[in-house]
Amino acid sequence: MTALSARRPGRGHRTRRPVAAPRARRRHRLRVLAFLSPWLIGSGLFFGYPLLATVYFSFTRYDLFSLEYVGLTNYRFLLQDEDAWQSMRNTLWLVVVMVPLRVLFGLGAAQLLTQLKAGGSVLRSIVYLPYLVPPVAATVAFVFLLNPGTGPVEQIAGGLGIPMPDWFNEPGWSKPGLTLLGLWAVGDVMIILLAALLDVPRQLYEASAIDGAGPWQRFRHITLPTISPVLLFAAVTGVIQTLQYFTQAMVAAKVAAGQADQPGTTTVPGYPDGSTLTFPQWLYDEGFRQFNMGYACVLALLLLAVSMAFTLVLLRQFHAFTDEEGSG
Amino acid sequence: MTDVTSPYRAEPGLAASSGATGGRPARRRAAGGTRGRRTLYWIATHAIAIALALMFLAPVTFMFLTAVMTDEQALSGALWPSEWAWGNFADVMSAEMLRWLGNTLLYAGVGTVFMLVSSVPVAYALARFRFRGRRLALVLVITTMMLPPQVVVVPMYIVWARFELTGTLWPLIIPLLFGDAYSIFLLRQFLVTIPKDYADAARVDGCGEFAAMIRVVLPMARPAIAAVALFQFFYCWNDYFGPLVYADPDHRPLAVGIATFRAAHNVEWNLTMAATLLTVLPVIVVFFLAQRVFIQGVTLTGVKG
Repeated sequence: MTALSARRPGRGHRTRRPVAAPRARRRHRLRVLAFLSPWLIGSGLFFGYPLLATVYFSFTRYDLFSLEYVGLTNYRFLLQDEDAWQSMRNTLWLVVVMVPLRVLFGLGAAQLLTQLKAGGSVLRSIVYLPYLVPPVAATVAFVFLLNPGTGPVEQIAGGLGIPMPDWFNEPGWSKPGLTLLGLWAVGDVMIILLAALLDVPRQLYEASAIDGAGPWQRFRHITLPTISPVLLFAAVTGVIQTLQYFTQAMVAAKVAAGQADQPGTTTVPGYPDGSTLTFPQWLYDEGFRQFNMGYACVLALLLLAVSMAFTLVLLRQFHAFTDEEGSG
Repeated sequence: MTDVTSPYRAEPGLAASSGATGGRPARRRAAGGTRGRRTLYWIATHAIAIALALMFLAPVTFMFLTAVMTDEQALSGALWPSEWAWGNFADVMSAEMLRWLGNTLLYAGVGTVFMLVSSVPVAYALARFRFRGRRLALVLVITTMMLPPQVVVVPMYIVWARFELTGTLWPLIIPLLFGDAYSIFLLRQFLVTIPKDYADAARVDGCGEFAAMIRVVLPMARPAIAAVALFQFFYCWNDYFGPLVYADPDHRPLAVGIATFRAAHNVEWNLTMAATLLTVLPVIVVFFLAQRVFIQGVTLTGVKG
């Protein structure tokens, strides 16, 4: 092991690793394999195989009982599937509106926390905690809070004379309702941005203070450039998470519909009017409620392609640190 | 230079005044001029902070207040319970709810143990060993971590149906025995910060690599292990999509059960809120017990590496 650890990449002087004896090398290789084995087997079984199978099934019509090769039919169907397009528009809406709002709000809250002298750690916990509230519970709570009949928000707004929309029962307001829920659960974004803000070297602020920079100039020219990799990380992971947005949309539709009409009648997903039908929900509906598994695989591949594009952005960022890290 | 309340300013001011006494009068005048603004700034930031805290606390507060209302009151739209119906919490602890809870604990408990057993050695290898393909392995871990669970669900469902395990939670638990990408990544990020010398010293003393990991490195990595265990536990506790696909009504966990609760108890918001609060409670308790672990863990997965 000592021979191998002599190599320290990224330190300027690259010492060649002395050639180890073949036996030692083989032992080393076996040891690595043994440690990695759970994951090597796992990524084959639960990542490699299903990925290939998804491609295969996408060319078939399969309902768990009969399998039939249909060529590109599923792909052609996607082009004329109105529900699929609507679900894509809904997911796009969330990506374009909710993700930036969450990052901005998280940044604002984090910035505020760095300015507080008293009660900072209490506020940090209060803002972080909703992120840990189980999404199903949080969604049920928000549907209750914003419900037009007995909801506290409606009661308070009514008392103040502020008109309120019907939120989760109104197609135009259901996604803004989900966005409010997303802002309440901003803790994950806030905490990594807070860590980034606290990491900005103090000397930079001191130097700019001597130069007479105002707070906005300091934020614009020191804080933002320093934390921009973390902001990018927060935005890209936010987009990837939002592409998978499922639980909150589905539960909100279910719970809100349960109060508008009789339970059990909500067979069409995305109440009200398909406005909360996100792309993964449509995939779930096709695959596991209508058992069009072949077509669901086409949707899965589309989701994979878009997620991978954003993952590549992340990987380029990670690139830097896997090169620099020296474990000596 | 208007706001001087920022913590970053505090030190240089002190250092300067103690170092150069000659410049004092001028500096004092400047400080006097900004004191009013400083107070205003202090008031403004703290007012915003209090408003923010109230907004973030409001949802849970209203949930709680509604959960202890009587049925009639919950229908009236009142904000404060006139009569505290604590019995609501007991009422929702039905046999069904206890079964959901049992299923959740099985999923989260066994799942977390499985994840730890498999992910720790993998993370250790990725952090410590140098081998060809190490970077590729890391890239693969990150890719798997970012992969939407919906992408591979169809073929996996077909496989588990072959094994006749659909209907139970095992299709969600068994894969955790083969490592979880997120946990591997987080652990690896922590393990690379532990100097190699410790494990090397143990190996000089005659430990095998595995023993060195267990006896020397893992005790030092306790905070990171606690963090991934907690995250995994809560991931399972909160998971909705997985159980929705696989679990039949008998194997439903709380997350799926709670989502159907309201449809079953039409318009009874007080009972719905009571049941929902019961699923939130454990998370809040654990958070206050292990707050540091959480916050360190989250920042570790950020781009800090």
